[in-house]
Amino acid sequence: MSDTGKSVVFRGGGFAPKSRRWVGLAVFVGLIAIAEWGTRSGWISALTMPKPSDVLETFRELYDSGLLFKHLGPSLSRLVVGATIGVSVGISVGVLIALFSYIRSGLVPLVAAIFPIPKIALLPLFVIWFGIGEGSKYALIAFGTFTPTVVATYGAVDNVDRTLIRMGQSFGLSWWSIVRKIVLPGAMPGILSGLRISLAIAIILLVAAEMLGAEFGIGAYILEAGSLYDLERLFAGVVILSLLGVIVSSLIGLVELWLLDWRT
Amino acid sequence: MDIRLDNITHSYDDFEIMRDISLDIPSGQIVCIVGPSGCGKSTLLRIIGGLERPSSGAALQLGEPPAGCLNPLTYIFQDFALLPWRSVAGNVSLVLEDHGIKDAKAQAIIDDVLARTKLADFSKALPKQLSGGMKQRVAIARALAVNPAVMLMDEPLSALDSQTRELLMDDLVDLWTRQPFTAIYVTHNLAEAVRLGHRVVVLSRRPGQIREVVDIDKPLAERAFGDADLDSHQKHLWQLMRDEARAADAELINV
Ligand SMILES: Nc1ncnc2c1ncn2[C@@H]1O[C@H](COP(=O)(O)OP(=O)(O)O)[C@@H](O)[C@H]1O
Ligand SMILES: [Mg+2]
Repeated sequence: MSDTGKSVVFRGGGFAPKSRRWVGLAVFVGLIAIAEWGTRSGWISALTMPKPSDVLETFRELYDSGLLFKHLGPSLSRLVVGATIGVSVGISVGVLIALFSYIRSGLVPLVAAIFPIPKIALLPLFVIWFGIGEGSKYALIAFGTFTPTVVATYGAVDNVDRTLIRMGQSFGLSWWSIVRKIVLPGAMPGILSGLRISLAIAIILLVAAEMLGAEFGIGAYILEAGSLYDLERLFAGVVILSLLGVIVSSLIGLVELWLLDWRT
Repeated sequence: MDIRLDNITHSYDDFEIMRDISLDIPSGQIVCIVGPSGCGKSTLLRIIGGLERPSSGAALQLGEPPAGCLNPLTYIFQDFALLPWRSVAGNVSLVLEDHGIKDAKAQAIIDDVLARTKLADFSKALPKQLSGGMKQRVAIARALAVNPAVMLMDEPLSALDSQTRELLMDDLVDLWTRQPFTAIYVTHNLAEAVRLGHRVVVLSRRPGQIREVVDIDKPLAERAFGDADLDSHQKHLWQLMRDEARAADAELINV
């Protein structure tokens, strides 16, 4: 044996991803740079993909003409109203499913049955039920966010530490206090990660909701550009939806930081 | 307020967990219940606290709980059962809010119980910032806040390391000496039983029956780690338990 010894091979580490803020941005910039270079050099044909700089130009025109906010306004209000209805009804139904045997047995199969229905297919039905105006759009987005919220919520409530609920009962807390002070905060991590999915679905459904009877709205704008094969405007619209997705996801991240600081 | 267990028998389906448990728990005393694991100690405590119904027999309260008692039968759990999203003070105030005790009145109670459990400086800390021993002291403070007639303690020190356990036993003895409380204290640790129990009840393996009741007369405050007479009590208890524990350990668990 040599007297210097051999250092032990390090085999720990990994499996603990850290936040590297700029990497995400670098990926975006890199992909866009490749697309720009490809379209400029003719390596990507103009029919396959528009030039990112042209898309940016289109976006600027949209902004300068004031049309951007004319489209964004109605879309945002549809998103907010629809998602608020869907998420709040979803959380309430999810909690009821998790806490009451009869509701659970009655509603879980129903939720499983309506989850896989493509909500877009129901748009004509919603137009008949709620009218061609805002009603059908709210309904479509609400319905689309409802099912994933229900599933996430009752799963989250099922995972709340039972000993905490026992503790609440043993101190004689009322049913409502236990739900409000123990069940809901305990389920909050699961509900918030469900919310990420529900709100992404809400943005997806925005385009579908604006298929019928919408003059303004990001979805209507994209659909019109699509039917004219105006790729620059199509991409400009898609980029707005992506940005919306990123903003919503970081807002949820902020809410998690604020509400879930108790997690280890 | 005394507690009387009157012929309690309990089964899950056809599976008999305990049989004919009759016991008196006089006010102001700590009664320890020891027995091999699976003999139904936790189940018995749940029955006494009204979290479970016995198959037959009954747990009775004799007399009225003292005035100012918010929750006569109050648990202290092995895993602390603190709400991780509430601060130390918030965890105590949780059990006061439902009784309509708020603001200054609640604050006075919280300050008092945190001082008694030596937690006054940590009232704003979250459970994740506390050591195991401190978490259990928070749970004890929370129990004291409702001024219980009887404390039901299910292996309250079993999740702690042995040094912390010694310190907390001293704390419990101090608390009891300053203001005697009634407690039913379940443990599988015989050293805890002889240190804290005025009376130690030995249960047999499943179905749990009372094998022997040992009274320890020495005042709590005079008991210390490694006392010879406590050791002899502990040896006697171990004699009683060894065969039960060995037999229980060799049984198939029917779950
Ligand atoms: N809810 C339950 N349903 C069925 N069996 C149970 C239940 N709770 C406990 N048991 C069984 O009852 C027996 C006693 O459990 P427990 O009271 O936890 O024992 P101890 O606390 O003495 O270790 C164990 O065999 C356990 O498997
Ligand atoms: Mg137990």
